[in-house]
Amino acid sequence: MGNIKVLRPGINVTIQDMGRPQHQHLGVPVSGALDPDALRLANALVGNPETCGALEIRMFGPTLEVATDAVRVALAGTRAELEILGQDPFRLPAHQSVRLVRGQKFRVGALPDGSTATLAIEGGFAVPQVYASRSTYSRAGIGGLKGRALREGDLLPLQLAMVEARDEQRLADDAYLDDGGPFRVILGPQRDFFTDEATALFLASVYTVTRDADRMGMRLDGPLLCHARGYNIVSDGIVTGAVQVPGNGLPIILLADHQTTGGYPKLAAVISADIPRLGRLRPGDEIRFEETTVEAAEAERKVREALLRRLIDAMAPAGAWLDEAALYRENLISGIVVETSSAV
Amino acid sequence: MPAGDTALVVEYGETVDPVINRRVRQLAVAVDANRLAGIIDLVPTMRSLMIHYDPLVLSQAALIDAVAPLIAATPDLSGIVRRWRIPVCYEGDCAPDMTVVAEALSMTPQAVIDCHTAADLEVFMMGFLPGFPYLGLLPEIFDLPRRPEPRVKVPQRSISVAARQTTIYTIESPGGWHLIGRTPIDFYDPDRAEPILVAAGDSVRFEAVSIAAYQAIRQAVEAGDHDLKCEIING
Repeated sequence: MGNIKVLRPGINVTIQDMGRPQHQHLGVPVSGALDPDALRLANALVGNPETCGALEIRMFGPTLEVATDAVRVALAGTRAELEILGQDPFRLPAHQSVRLVRGQKFRVGALPDGSTATLAIEGGFAVPQVYASRSTYSRAGIGGLKGRALREGDLLPLQLAMVEARDEQRLADDAYLDDGGPFRVILGPQRDFFTDEATALFLASVYTVTRDADRMGMRLDGPLLCHARGYNIVSDGIVTGAVQVPGNGLPIILLADHQTTGGYPKLAAVISADIPRLGRLRPGDEIRFEETTVEAAEAERKVREALLRRLIDAMAPAGAWLDEAALYRENLISGIVVETSSAV
Repeated sequence: MPAGDTALVVEYGETVDPVINRRVRQLAVAVDANRLAGIIDLVPTMRSLMIHYDPLVLSQAALIDAVAPLIAATPDLSGIVRRWRIPVCYEGDCAPDMTVVAEALSMTPQAVIDCHTAADLEVFMMGFLPGFPYLGLLPEIFDLPRRPEPRVKVPQRSISVAARQTTIYTIESPGGWHLIGRTPIDFYDPDRAEPILVAAGDSVRFEAVSIAAYQAIRQAVEAGDHDLKCEIING
């Protein structure tokens, strides 16, 4: 079986797919990609089903080596470049697939834009499924590679030992990363645990993402929100994107690895159309919230879905630039050293 | 009540009350029996049911229309109950908080054990960790607050009590409940065909065992030749 060898592990790089949404009633967290749009796009670029498990990178990517005949990879959710190392190094923009052969080393460095990027590989990883998902939930050691983030020296087993050469694919544009604007929220289900002033303050203020941010949730810094009726509730269910406010009055937005139930009042929930960009936020980012309705959120979600479909349908062969890259590869394979004016 | 555009919360109360919890679970059974396309999961909690759904398949308005007539109805809970018998060692290192709990309740440790093993307990809900059940209710005297300082690491399979409820830490985790025992049985084992042991609506009866028996059962569990005691009860 073919592998990808981990030369440097990056930061909290885990295998994620669409998670385990169907087992929350047993206390199993959903997990899955923080940025599901990027997961779907990266998979589409390498010809996978959109929900296939891929590597999720947080802030700083890994250095990897192809330990099989050939692989095809693509990076999405960021404008970071895929750096192909070796004698004739070159850099490949994100949102473009590339075929790499045995012995080639490649890396993703520090992400220049968001906190999260996705690196998909054709065929995906041959790791066991737990509750129908390969997503890693590190806290309980579930899924992914041995239930944890990558470590130096790991061998990531691949479903495909070899992929054939073919036209590489490129995304027509990456403007989906530029979604600005406030995060839309639906108030509740415990809005009545907060004063009206607190709700108004939440909707009117700028909050900053703190360093206390991981796959489970992100703590925000900003104006304190007063509880009207205390800050303990008898536990109820939690959705991804829920804004819960513990006793200190500072909101926490719950992300993919959130617990299935919880005992802090939840003032609001970020709408599903805004979850992917929520997953890309990084410490220091300033954000605002805006109230919306369920009906408007459902319409926004359909718009978002249509945008993603258009992007995937408009994927095109990567063209001339990539032929040049392919040329380098062929030279590498046959051992011919060519003078290169360094790629792009 | 909406929880964003991907979940609906049906709340029956705001307190810990087995009657409220039963109504929540009844609704889960009723919604599941006529499960609409787009419903992803039904998560009963002590006081409310969270219905997770896919907004690209199902609108919240259509979901509310379908669920509303079921809320007032009170169907019987499903006729089948799984009744587990779970060995627990309440001694020594297995029970670091036994002395504190016994003192707080003005009881002897043996009386605490007798109370904890006296009745079949209901699984009200699952949450906090994979396979982590909330069981109750214990006698009123067990209405203990949590520890002032949560432990950073609670050993897996610890049995704990707080607020008239009891639970099992399925994996090592931080935790604020009082530890009065430990079971040799895995309530979560990722290598088992069905990793999670119990579900909401199950019934659990604890049985006190000695340290020696605890160790013997644990060895058998790890060797894969321990038969769990579980009865399927109709009615």
